[in-house]
Amino acid sequence: MSANGQIIPSSLSISDLPWQIRWDQDKCTLCGSCTAVCPVNAIELGVFRKREITAGLGLAEKPSSSQSIRYGIRQRTSPAYACVGCAMCSMVCPNDAISPVRNDGSDKLRYHINQGGQPRSRGGRRNDPSGLLDQIKFIRISMLTDPALDAGRHTFDVNTLLGRVLEPRDALKHQREHGWMPPVREIYPLVIGGMSFGALSPTMWEGLQMGVAYLNEEMGMPVRICTGEGGCPPRLLRSRFLKYVILQIASGYFGWDEIIHAIPEMKEDPCAIEIKYGQGAKPGDGGLLMWHKVNRLIAAIRGVPERVSLPSPPTHQTQYSIEESVAKMIQSMSMAWGFRVPVYPKISATSTSLAVLNNLTRNPYAAGLAIDGEDGGTGAAYNVSMNHMGHPIASNLRDCYLNLVKVGKQNEIPLFAGGGVGKNGNLAANAAALIMMGASGVQTGKYIMQAAAGCLGSEQDRCNICNIGLCPKGIASQDPRIYRRLDAEKVAERVVDLYLAFDMELRKILAPLGRSTSLPIGMSDALGINDYHAAERLGIRYVV
Amino acid sequence: MCRLFAVTSDTPLSPMKALEALDAMREGHDGSGVGLFMRDLGGPFAAIKGAPILSGIFTDAGLKKLDTLMMDIGFMTKYRMGIQLPETPPAGTPPRDIYLIRAYDYPRTWENLAEEEKHRRLLKVRLQLREMGEAEGDMIVFSFWPDVIMIKEIGDPLTVGRYMDLDRHGITARIIMAQGRQNTNYAINLYACHPFFLEGFATMTNGENTAFIPVKEFLESRGFDGYIGFQSDSEVFVHILHYISTFLDLPLDAYKHIITPLPDEALNSHADASVLRILKQSCRRLIIDGPNCIIGNLPDGTLFMAQDSKKLRPGIVGGKPGVWAFSSEVCGLDTVIPDRDKSKDFQPMHLDMAMVGPDRKEVKVCRQTDRLSRQA
Ligand code: SF4
Ligand code: SF4
Repeated sequence: MSANGQIIPSSLSISDLPWQIRWDQDKCTLCGSCTAVCPVNAIELGVFRKREITAGLGLAEKPSSSQSIRYGIRQRTSPAYACVGCAMCSMVCPNDAISPVRNDGSDKLRYHINQGGQPRSRGGRRNDPSGLLDQIKFIRISMLTDPALDAGRHTFDVNTLLGRVLEPRDALKHQREHGWMPPVREIYPLVIGGMSFGALSPTMWEGLQMGVAYLNEEMGMPVRICTGEGGCPPRLLRSRFLKYVILQIASGYFGWDEIIHAIPEMKEDPCAIEIKYGQGAKPGDGGLLMWHKVNRLIAAIRGVPERVSLPSPPTHQTQYSIEESVAKMIQSMSMAWGFRVPVYPKISATSTSLAVLNNLTRNPYAAGLAIDGEDGGTGAAYNVSMNHMGHPIASNLRDCYLNLVKVGKQNEIPLFAGGGVGKNGNLAANAAALIMMGASGVQTGKYIMQAAAGCLGSEQDRCNICNIGLCPKGIASQDPRIYRRLDAEKVAERVVDLYLAFDMELRKILAPLGRSTSLPIGMSDALGINDYHAAERLGIRYVV
Repeated sequence: MCRLFAVTSDTPLSPMKALEALDAMREGHDGSGVGLFMRDLGGPFAAIKGAPILSGIFTDAGLKKLDTLMMDIGFMTKYRMGIQLPETPPAGTPPRDIYLIRAYDYPRTWENLAEEEKHRRLLKVRLQLREMGEAEGDMIVFSFWPDVIMIKEIGDPLTVGRYMDLDRHGITARIIMAQGRQNTNYAINLYACHPFFLEGFATMTNGENTAFIPVKEFLESRGFDGYIGFQSDSEVFVHILHYISTFLDLPLDAYKHIITPLPDEALNSHADASVLRILKQSCRRLIIDGPNCIIGNLPDGTLFMAQDSKKLRPGIVGGKPGVWAFSSEVCGLDTVIPDRDKSKDFQPMHLDMAMVGPDRKEVKVCRQTDRLSRQA
């Protein structure tokens, strides 16, 4: 701080910040790459002055004083410019002269980030790296009682169903009498969860879509991707690739004008329609696209003016009760596509999930239920919602599944679980655990961003600035100067990589369990955990 | 592993024949238990085809409880087969008071009931007896059905058969299913011992059904009181057979499509693709997994063998018109039907189901790629 600086309550020192910049004068060539790339302008050119007194030993030489100036990098400390730890500066530095370091004490920034009375909002997910899913082990290994299966050699049928499956007697009756059969899609059990065009950059979206198309058409994997709330580019709506896409409608209905108008011109039906009622990252809160990201293209697709923030209401405003909200929406959406497309709601995991599920079991058009747990990600939400609101996915999913088992409808309404799947990189293990607890499939978004596009976000509050349009990786930005950094082709390649790797890992889990003929939905006898109460709660084995 | 042997023959055979076949295959099982299912009986039971026969193991106290209950309902003993036992059982076999095989006359009040209703009630009585015996372990009931006898015991199959001296008691049957068991479950529970029986359907399996829990949960939630037990992961095979036959009215060849449906590609090019897809989807929770060779018997007497979708267990069928056997290994066949044309022996593979109908003329093989025998 300069000599005439003033200390105010929110004056912070570098030590008070969560991320501190280490900069090495010896290595730095002052190229300026780091300051140019920093998304939040946390670093700037610093001018450091030094005065040196030289006093000789003898009397002949008089002490002298000299001034020198050196240039370097200075970290800014005001809350608006606090470093977010993205490490883009390290990435671009040609001499490895700079890097962010996490403050090992507790920072003071958290008390001052609410400048102007605005609580902190951000992207990412709950800042808590722990997770129950990672503790679950697969313990029922068939060895001598079975010839073990070979993950590399045997065939594995792991596809799952999305859509209302009729009870066997009804199914046969409908078939005999040529009655209406609810549409059912056979899909890969790992679905790319809803991330909107708008939240994601055009290059990211394009890369994901290309990757999904490649997986379907070249690898024979029926992978599906959900649009999130934000509509769908018109060309995709009118292309044959639409069948790989789950269109999401949420409380803001963004983009649905365009979609409805495109229906007569659609070559293919979409895979399904997801009605979003809630999101695990911010339960009870609507979607939010900040004005930074609403450029001409986004505004056109969503059917809104440019550069205005787009909050979706917390609930679907036109409807008042769960009966209306769910039944009517499902019915209207089904009707729009002539009852040929599965329509299902997505809710945030909550202690009231069972009520929604029970309602769905009585609705013959409900094609499934997606449940998003507290560890789900988002492009923009209040920090408090992300960190403190919501229900863990494991017990919520398990309760729902066991409830279906109780009423005998476990095969009829598929449950899709999301929220923190692959949070610590263990995508296949987390997905398999959820499937064996009763999920028909899982949805994941954050893992895809991390693995396919190099998203830097973490649960230790790294980066997470997806909301302000400055995503340093070009994933969640609408600024062409930024999203040019992301090569759509490369994203597509990574999507394919990660799916193939997931598939192999899934088989590596299923083979020792002796499962290959069908996806082991509800195979809870395979699971164990070394936490007694969790085991009791989930109805799986307690192992120590 | 377990070893299986089943035979269907125009002339009634002694169950000892089947136990000898198991003995020939003894390298494949550890002799920890034996189960026998007999249908279409000869000997003293030939004359009382319609009378329900109760098979089980009772203590003296249990027998008293049984008599009281049966009297209450109005069942009258029609024929009782007393199995005389030597003083000491063979090593490994616990001493038992009574191996019960007893035929009853239906209660008077049941006389005008439809066959189906009588059968329903027989199941109820069997379940009631089973429940009554649960606490004290004084009644173990295997079957209560016309023209069916079942015996299960711990110990080496042939030794147990000789100990009970089955030959001397003159039990014979045209259809016999026998299993020599490998005890993988440690806790020895006779209810976990194959074959399993439910309302006229019987199955036994060599294998391990790794999809047990989801299948079990699905069956339990069908609201049918006969789907109980589940002491063995193989018991669900008989429940599934019962479910698709009675609830869904599907032909036997659909059984294989339910438990191991065709992969999607093969399904799409199947002549019955639309109904098979519906079955695959709506009966998804009945898909079994793991290595399993299943031998089963229908109420009409049809005997069949089906393999899992990867054919991970051995199984062979052979014989001649009038007598056919299904066996885990060929040495079992050789023991019982040595004079057959061995070049005609058939090993069902991953898509196959082999069946011999009640006429015992030939082995019919249905492949999953064939059309369904009867439209669902
Ligand atoms: S880590 Fe990121 S936010 Fe921090 S100074 Fe470097 S570039 Fe800027
Ligand atoms: S890299 Fe982009 S998408 Fe990832 S956390 Fe940072 S801003 Fe968000």
